[in-house]
Amino acid sequence: MEFAAHCPWLSDDGPDTDVVMSCRVRLARNLARFPFVGRADDAQRKELCNIARQVVLSGNLADGMIWVDLNHATARDRQLLVERHLISKNLAEADIPRAVAVSGDETLSVMVNEEDHLRMQLLAPGLRLVELVERINVVDDAIEAKVDYAFSPRWGYLTACPTNLGTGIRLSVMMHLPALKLTSEIDRVRRAAKDLHLAVRGYYGEGSESAGDFYQISNQVTLGSSEQDLLREFDQRVLPRIIEYEQHARRMLVDDNATLLDDRIHRALGTLRSARLLGAEEAMKLLSRLRLGVHLGRLPDLNITAINRLLLQVQPAHLQTYVAADLNSEQLREARATLMRQTLQ
Amino acid sequence: MNPLKCDYCDKPAVVHEVTVKNGQKNEVHLCEEHAQEAGVALPSHQPLNQLLTQFVISQTSKGKAMAKKPCPTCGMTYRRFRQTGNLGCPDCYQAFEEQLAPLIQRAQNGADHHRGKTPRRAGASDDRQLQIRQLVRELDEAVADEQYERAAQLRDRLRGLDPQSPGSKAVAEPDNEPHLSES
Ligand SMILES: [Zn+2]
Ligand SMILES: [Zn+2]
Repeated sequence: MEFAAHCPWLSDDGPDTDVVMSCRVRLARNLARFPFVGRADDAQRKELCNIARQVVLSGNLADGMIWVDLNHATARDRQLLVERHLISKNLAEADIPRAVAVSGDETLSVMVNEEDHLRMQLLAPGLRLVELVERINVVDDAIEAKVDYAFSPRWGYLTACPTNLGTGIRLSVMMHLPALKLTSEIDRVRRAAKDLHLAVRGYYGEGSESAGDFYQISNQVTLGSSEQDLLREFDQRVLPRIIEYEQHARRMLVDDNATLLDDRIHRALGTLRSARLLGAEEAMKLLSRLRLGVHLGRLPDLNITAINRLLLQVQPAHLQTYVAADLNSEQLREARATLMRQTLQ
Repeated sequence: MNPLKCDYCDKPAVVHEVTVKNGQKNEVHLCEEHAQEAGVALPSHQPLNQLLTQFVISQTSKGKAMAKKPCPTCGMTYRRFRQTGNLGCPDCYQAFEEQLAPLIQRAQNGADHHRGKTPRRAGASDDRQLQIRQLVRELDEAVADEQYERAAQLRDRLRGLDPQSPGSKAVAEPDNEPHLSES
């Protein structure tokens, strides 16, 4: 897998990228007449991979689609895909026939034999869910033209877990909420999100920590509303409030606490420029501060794209690919610190 | 659900007969006494399928029977679903519909049916045969579990499918293919 990173969400060009780093829409689909992945045997799972491969590669879904047989991919390549948010941790670590198809621009990926037969997702920088929902619908139609989906008039698209039932749609955004974290308002956001039936997760989704003040927020209800209604609610009612909340907290920091703010930002820069050992989590936390500083105009010499790229490069698989060597955790810490010093001088 | 009463008195019915002839549904529910009077043997005495034309079911406690009965397609049990959180196959949604419905509503903020995209090919002709077979099987089960309301709905859905298709023919002329429940 080549390193040349053009993750769609690295770029700073998208609406509301100061708070919404990237957005994603995902559809869960299963094929009729097959057991769900968990209950299928390996022969059936292989057959599902073959069908998906045939359908995805011949379907003109996107330019430059590549097919990755995850059973033959190295652990590092699988981890690389996780770090780029193209596959889930579960799929990377599973021990069954499974695969992923990825478009040339890395915006589209179709996971095969995750919890559901097909999990297709589109990624974009900033907040562009309307556009993504439109595009995923086209992808879905193209796949549906060649397979029979498991569908029931009452329950909609049938999924292995009833929490994805109905539309099978999951809208999510990766939000950067450092000011709400600094002002200890983040717990209020969490509580409010819960009341609004939203899931708040960490950087790598389910079960992960919110490293570096990044939070993945997504809808939990998938049944009973149309895709458009779910989108409208999430995109036009919920997210603008959280974005506004973070922006308000940022303004407050600048207006009332500029010295504290600058202290945090410049300490972060200082550490990143001089540390000799850096853990991934610490690096993300410090980069998060830089990201805030750049967006608030406190670090005119840095740009967001560079910081976004570093957020990706500090991850273990990317780091090892970058230095072209297998590293143990101590070596990783050292390599990470070296990368920071070289990049941020 | 209330136990069905006998057609002739207020005692609970123990014998149920549902027949479909020429598109007309006919249901008979009899208590022990009236069943004997009508010359119908009780389930425990004699195999009913020798006496009644079709859709005949012995008495079982519905809830427990449902919970224990595995999905006919994949063999998944409801119990196992509760342990893993994942169903076994698409048909599990029908097999466990009764138990799943309240659970789904809880997980889905009260929603109990789909609103949204529908596959363009849903119900496409190559699927009709399968759909019919599935409906016939569900109908058998509904009757087996004494869900007569649901049985009637399923029958209506079967009628809604192409009458030329072999599946619905088998239902319209049930004598060719009796649908008897497992006891
Ligand atoms: Zn009676
Ligand atoms: Zn099943």
